Amino acid sequence: MKIVLKSTAILFSLLMLSCGGKEEKKKEGFSVKQKKATTEKVAEVPVATEAKASERIDLVNKGVGPIKSVTLNETVDEAMAAEGKEVYDQMCLACHRIGKKFIGPAPNGVLERRTPEWVMNMILNPQEMVTKDPLAKDLLAEFNGSPMANQGLTEEQARAILEYFRSL
Amino acid sequence: MKKINYSILALLGLVMVFTSCNDSGKKSSNGALASNNAEKVYVAPGEQDEFYAFMSGGYSGNLTVYGLPSGRMFKEIPVFSQFPTSGYGYSEETKPMLNTSFGFVPWDDSHHPDISQTNGELDGRWIFINGNNTPRIARISLSTFETEEIIELPNSAGNHSSSFITENTEYVVAGTRFSVPVPQRDMPINEYKGNFKGALSFVSVDPEDGRLDLKFQIMMPGFNYDLSHPGRGKSHGWFFFTTYNTEEANSLLEVNASQNDKDFIAAINWKKIEEYVNNGGGTKMPANYAHNVYSDETHTATSTMEKEVLTVDPTKVPGAVYFLPTPKSPHGCDVDPTGNYIIGNGKLSADLTVHSFDKMLAAIDGKKFDGEAYGIPILKFDDVLAGTVKSGGLGPLHTEFDGKGNAYTTFFISSEVVKWKLGTWEVIDRKPTYYSVGHLMIPGGNSAKPFGKYVVAMNKITKDRYLPTGPELEHSAQLYDITGDKMELIYDFPTHGEPHYAAGIPAEILAPKSQKIYKLAENKHPMATLGVNDARVERKGNEVHVYMAMIRSHFTPDNIEGIKVGDKVYFHITNHEQDFDVPHGFAMIGANNSELLIMPGQTKSLVWEPKEVGVWPFYCTDFCSALHQEMQGYVRVSPANSNIDLSWSLGE
Repeated sequence: MKIVLKSTAILFSLLMLSCGGKEEKKKEGFSVKQKKATTEKVAEVPVATEAKASERIDLVNKGVGPIKSVTLNETVDEAMAAEGKEVYDQMCLACHRIGKKFIGPAPNGVLERRTPEWVMNMILNPQEMVTKDPLAKDLLAEFNGSPMANQGLTEEQARAILEYFRSL
Repeated sequence: MKKINYSILALLGLVMVFTSCNDSGKKSSNGALASNNAEKVYVAPGEQDEFYAFMSGGYSGNLTVYGLPSGRMFKEIPVFSQFPTSGYGYSEETKPMLNTSFGFVPWDDSHHPDISQTNGELDGRWIFINGNNTPRIARISLSTFETEEIIELPNSAGNHSSSFITENTEYVVAGTRFSVPVPQRDMPINEYKGNFKGALSFVSVDPEDGRLDLKFQIMMPGFNYDLSHPGRGKSHGWFFFTTYNTEEANSLLEVNASQNDKDFIAAINWKKIEEYVNNGGGTKMPANYAHNVYSDETHTATSTMEKEVLTVDPTKVPGAVYFLPTPKSPHGCDVDPTGNYIIGNGKLSADLTVHSFDKMLAAIDGKKFDGEAYGIPILKFDDVLAGTVKSGGLGPLHTEFDGKGNAYTTFFISSEVVKWKLGTWEVIDRKPTYYSVGHLMIPGGNSAKPFGKYVVAMNKITKDRYLPTGPELEHSAQLYDITGDKMELIYDFPTHGEPHYAAGIPAEILAPKSQKIYKLAENKHPMATLGVNDARVERKGNEVHVYMAMIRSHFTPDNIEGIKVGDKVYFHITNHEQDFDVPHGFAMIGANNSELLIMPGQTKSLVWEPKEVGVWPFYCTDFCSALHQEMQGYVRVSPANSNIDLSWSLGE
């Protein structure tokens, strides 16, 4: 039963997003499509009542993967963060934009919702995460089934990216 | 491979004992044998083959990769032919690979692959293959399985006795099948005799990066140089070439090149010639040949025209070249794993001629000559002959070795593989092939250390072996188990193009070092888009350069405006994936070339010249994720005189 509910929710969100796609065309002035865009705004309300995976807060779950424990210093290591930004811009920016939802969620404030271990495991071990970690699974559904790519980063690089996230 | 159930084996053994009592029983036992054989070739789902087999593509111009014993094809590696599947020879980066002194040549006839060796054993670093039609040698990386280098050979034509390597991959050697005027010039064809030359090219291979360099060419008499193989072990430093048409006929060779009872195997002491050349010997002559090198750092090939070649007159290097008389227009020229026996397969004969390297050295020492040809001493046949294999077959072509003292020779006319013993020359077994076998291959079967488990027979005629597919058929190959005294035909599979030869190697040597991705951090392509922030579109006159990135499942940018009819649009596309087996494709409507298939971390470029005003889509051709169908974009093409500014975007 739960599965049915969940898939209905996914279906709804899919419907929504596909309508969202058509919104762009609205700018080009196709009035027929505009109507659909309006119905889509109505549809947004029931979905909003479900707790979106991206907004859920879970500061316990460490995820599945090589990272078991991460210690964060009080202050952000600026040099490491700069290093992290460099890797991030090349390897991640195509899908994760700062401050806005893109293909995947924005990284800003991620540590208010996730443990550092979870974040690093998601970077280093995405295939297993989206099949075994319930939260990652829900995120995959919320983000349209778009897979988180394994960019083959080292643990050091993932750690530097985490530091960059802290600096945002 | 699935382990053979021994009790079943024992049972089958019994069945075989009984059925072998009468000859007709052999045929009816096929069913029982077949189930045994099925286990031998069965590679269960998820399991992997024991050997790689690299088969030449013949008229496909490429090289195909198969698994043994399953006969499954894994890949076609584009070498000498354009390959729209990946964009090889169509992309801006790879077009230079097919540059020659004749300009861009999009095809060739690839023949004889040979894997690099160290101390006479397969080392699995590179595989080499020859282009027969427009003479070229290619080097293919066995970690990326991509063609990395192609060198053209001047003064050659019908580059057939190629591309065989010496014991430590010092040289990849290439001999001309057709002799030609050297240098090329306008002259009557019927003045061939005595005027044409046959060039044997020694291309050095850099031990570090494999880089090729045409070190010298030996200018031999105008015969046809058919096949060759290196000496090994005691005969390391020598190279052997079969010749035919020692009559030097220039027409109706079918008749006129079969007049002499014996042609020659040319024995070349290349170490001696190398020394001569290193001491300043040889004559530099003007030439014009392409040398094309692909870098997997820049993902780009460059083509350089070389202007000079060092030629050697063999009569100027005493003791370097001899002729070994060999009956009946010999074709295959194979050297056994010890390096002592040189086998000439007289293709118009029933017998094989085996020369002895030891006897050859003694005959040279004792000056046992039978005259000379164009100043090259001819050794006395009886003084170099080790033995003759009286096979009873017809049309012997090629021989391979199992490393256990046995040799296996194909017979084209009588369609069979014959197993015989080195030293005693006795025939041990013979098995039919289907039909008209050319080459055969045992993994490492032409090295000092063969892996004598299987032999693959590559046939020229297919006829009824598979479901008919109209007049044109793929060629057929048969796999024999050679672990027992008798060969056993265990499998039959079609092969792509026309495999003239193949090279096999245990999977455990290659598989662990097969590259998975190209590292984005090491991408030095000048047009790469290494971060999406660098994605952009630039105009230079009527040239427009699109610097694009791709990752599951979108292009950055995916909307481009401001392109005009008459523009030449270069898409430079970088795949930002860094995970194994996540290629993306790129296809542009109406492009007059091909698609691009771009591996993780790789950059490729395609030119598109829009001809019509409109909004034209492009998309990813390689199903990359659940959202693959969403991986698309549009280019707006405006009239040539429009003043719409160049703009690009993604998700805006």
